[in-house]
Amino acid sequence: MKQKTDVLQGTLALMVLKTLDVLGPLHGYGIARRIEQISGDLLAVNQGTLYPLLLKLEQEGAIASEWGASENNRRARFYRLTRDGHKQLQNETQDWEQTAAIIGRFFKARAEDLS
Amino acid sequence: MRSLRRFFTRLFNLASGRVHDERLREEIEEHIALQTAENVRTGLAPVEARRQAILKFGGIEATKENYRAERGLPSIENLLQDVRFSLRVLRKSPGFALTAVLTLAMAIGANAIVFGMLDALILHPLNLPQEQSLYAIERGSDHAPAESYPDYLDLRDRNHSFDDLATYSIDQAGLDTGENPSRAWVYEVSGNYFDVLRIQPYLGRFFHGSDEHGPNSAPYIVLPYATWHSRFQDDRSVVGRVVQLNKHPFTILGVAPPEFHGTIVFLSPDLFVPMVDQEQVEGWSNLNERGNHWIHLAMGHLKAGVTPAQAISDLNSVGAYLEKTYPKDDSQMTFSLARPGLYGDTLGRPVRAFLAGLMLLAGLILLAACANLGSLFAARAADRSREVALRLALGSSRRRVLRQVFTEAVLISLAGGVVGLWGSIVLLHGLSVWCPSPQYPFHVPVNPGANVYAVALLLALASGFLSGAVPVRQILRTNAYEIIKLGSASRVGRRITVRDLLLAGQIAICGVLVTSSMVAVRGLVRSLHSNFGFEPQNAILADTDLTMAGYSGDRVPAMQKRMIEALEAIPGVKSVGLVDWSPLSGGGSRSIIFADQTTDFRPANAAASALMLNISPEYFNAAGTALLTGRAFTWHDDKDAPPVAVINQEFALKIFGSVKNAIGRYYRTRGGKRVQVVGIAEPGKYENLTEDPQPAMFLPILQSPSSATYLVVRSERDPQQLAAAMRSTLHDLDAGLPFYIQTWSQQLDGIALLPSRLATLSLGVLGVMGAMLSVIGIFGMAAHSVSKRLKELGIRVALGAQRREVLQAALGRAFKLLAFGSAAGLLMGILASPVLASIVYHATPRDPLVLTGVVLAMSLLGLLATWIPAQRALSADPLILLREE
Repeated sequence: MKQKTDVLQGTLALMVLKTLDVLGPLHGYGIARRIEQISGDLLAVNQGTLYPLLLKLEQEGAIASEWGASENNRRARFYRLTRDGHKQLQNETQDWEQTAAIIGRFFKARAEDLS
Repeated sequence: MRSLRRFFTRLFNLASGRVHDERLREEIEEHIALQTAENVRTGLAPVEARRQAILKFGGIEATKENYRAERGLPSIENLLQDVRFSLRVLRKSPGFALTAVLTLAMAIGANAIVFGMLDALILHPLNLPQEQSLYAIERGSDHAPAESYPDYLDLRDRNHSFDDLATYSIDQAGLDTGENPSRAWVYEVSGNYFDVLRIQPYLGRFFHGSDEHGPNSAPYIVLPYATWHSRFQDDRSVVGRVVQLNKHPFTILGVAPPEFHGTIVFLSPDLFVPMVDQEQVEGWSNLNERGNHWIHLAMGHLKAGVTPAQAISDLNSVGAYLEKTYPKDDSQMTFSLARPGLYGDTLGRPVRAFLAGLMLLAGLILLAACANLGSLFAARAADRSREVALRLALGSSRRRVLRQVFTEAVLISLAGGVVGLWGSIVLLHGLSVWCPSPQYPFHVPVNPGANVYAVALLLALASGFLSGAVPVRQILRTNAYEIIKLGSASRVGRRITVRDLLLAGQIAICGVLVTSSMVAVRGLVRSLHSNFGFEPQNAILADTDLTMAGYSGDRVPAMQKRMIEALEAIPGVKSVGLVDWSPLSGGGSRSIIFADQTTDFRPANAAASALMLNISPEYFNAAGTALLTGRAFTWHDDKDAPPVAVINQEFALKIFGSVKNAIGRYYRTRGGKRVQVVGIAEPGKYENLTEDPQPAMFLPILQSPSSATYLVVRSERDPQQLAAAMRSTLHDLDAGLPFYIQTWSQQLDGIALLPSRLATLSLGVLGVMGAMLSVIGIFGMAAHSVSKRLKELGIRVALGAQRREVLQAALGRAFKLLAFGSAAGLLMGILASPVLASIVYHATPRDPLVLTGVVLAMSLLGLLATWIPAQRALSADPLILLREE
């Protein structure tokens, strides 16, 4: 039952934070929808996995949530980025970009560059 | 930070689970509703749209499960679940729970008590700083804890191994603080005592080596905390006050810290005074007598880097020098090192042996308790095999089932541990405030501390796991399908199982305990009626020391004579005798003697070492000691008359070969004084009840004066009235003389019979515990076997079996185990009783009463343990039983 913070988990958390950063408060379905749209429907995640993650982020203090009304006027839980979450997003974006850059350099590397 | 915050949130969420479940349900519902709406917009029919939405969402239950795992702490949640479940199950079978908890409570309690004593007496006996490098010096091959003062000074100044050496001696003195004069136990200590022990005063200051300038030069007192508290009511202005000690003025310098009780564990003093004041404190001085080994133990911290072996060889070379320089006084000057707390090896060895014995027994009890618990758990697991099978069938993992079993075991062991610990704390506290003899400042300082609690809880947990592990195999092999189909697997095994062996061993241990406690009780009863060489019934002792009221020289015998005459005048008093120490009172003095023809009076040429009692003429009458032949003394056997003595039978046999031979013959004392034997007294006990016959000599008080005074008053009158009359008579003679008055039997109870009483008591308690454990064990086994075979018994009854046959089938094995275990226990108990005989006088297993007692007790236990299961077996009704399944 234990959830390991594997790459995908970490990535998903980053996506959630970024989505909330860009679009402001959203409910769970909204977040799932945006992630799908932005990733161009390439990323097929079980939407259900989103909720444990949201809970974890909330417990860590990166996001906060409150009840609100959804588009069709039903009660829905809205999530928003906190100041801690903002900081975390910045840090992780930096980390991610750095990692991506390193990996990119490896992919571009040719034999003659290394000799 | 983040993970910590999360941990607390999750911990909090454990308590508020419901709300969150509700929230998730609502969110999922909303999510799916939105997705459905979206799907409908893309043109799907509503039903299909909802199906697609649910598909896209993924496993809802899995999500919920993940969500829950994320939210709370699953391991703790499961644990709490197990605990709740176990509590519920235990509440449903209170008999089992109570039996198990009590079993463990007894075992843990016994072990906590023994460990508490071990901790207090062996591991941390004196509570001194750097105690591990503190050693006491013992002398000679018999490890005598005694030195003479000049020898001590030489050892102190000539050795190169110790930082410094301190010493002490214990005596009584009369303390007069301006109110009632009373007796006080005094530690006479070397000036450097407190500095060597490295302790700091609680109040005021201590005296030091530099305060000593020869005899009677340092009239100072240091109070132990307890004395300051009880006699001076915590008065801080006590420092500098002058009090009278044996009518000499002494100044109180300071108060010792509360945790310091002197350097013998069992004897806490009332005062500390410098040893150089011995003459004032005791009335005479041995400070210059090299041959008189009256001080107790020299002790000190080894210098850094010096090993005990090096220190011993260093001391031995000093000893060799002393032997060569003072051949008349010093012999056997070889040394060994011991721990000071238990008076070196003198008390240390028996105490260690006693504790080791107790430890062994307590360990056995724990083992037996674990065995019992194990079989109880196993029986319970067998009874619950259906439940386990059902849980397994419903998809519970075996690990989870085992975890629940262990949770139950640990819960029981914790409960047992707490109850046992509580009991042991109460008992240990009782022991530490217990004062066996009102005359001596004995106490057993065993207040349990944190390490006792820790050990008890650790033992409890360990035994919980150990006994919880017994049914593990049983559970792992459970075949859910078979059990649910067939009902509980009731195969009756004929082979001997480990459980049987455990139970038989336990019964054997119980047998040993019952045997040895009966041997001890019988020994105690017999020793109460055995011949001590005097008659303690109808005799009252009044003891004092005349130096406490300032008597010295010729005034001592004159006053003693006046006291005897005054007490003889009390109506109803038959005779009054005086002795300087009464036999079996814990005191005693001895002197070496020489054969008449000896000319060289060095210690090595001594013919024997004899106990020496200085008595008044009427003593033998008053004490009830019979003379085998010859005469007692008269008041005419005084300083001007030729020296005479009454010797005991052993003395006569040892020196003169026979009783007849001895009368009228001569022997010589230290220094060569010739003494004529005028009478032979019956054999007796002098130092302790289990001693071998010892030579003893009685000397007339006028020829061998002593200020120590035990007045033996023989009378048929009521002891309390008589004691009151004696007290007022003696008070009229000298109001400043502190007396201690008690019957001779009371005095014996407090001292001479103490080891026997203690041994009997502890064996009795352990015996009762062992018996209870055995009863529980047999009961568990019998009840289990009956309940397993109830169906079979029902069939047997239906086929016409008689009661006897039913019982044999149901309980035969339990009884066989009982008989076998008891026999083994009895045998071992008999083999072990020589050990007991060294503690309890007259302890012998070759006593028909003991043998029948043991057999009777064990059968009674068996009957008690199998009564309920037997009733159940007999009431097996075939009709009901056969219908049941």
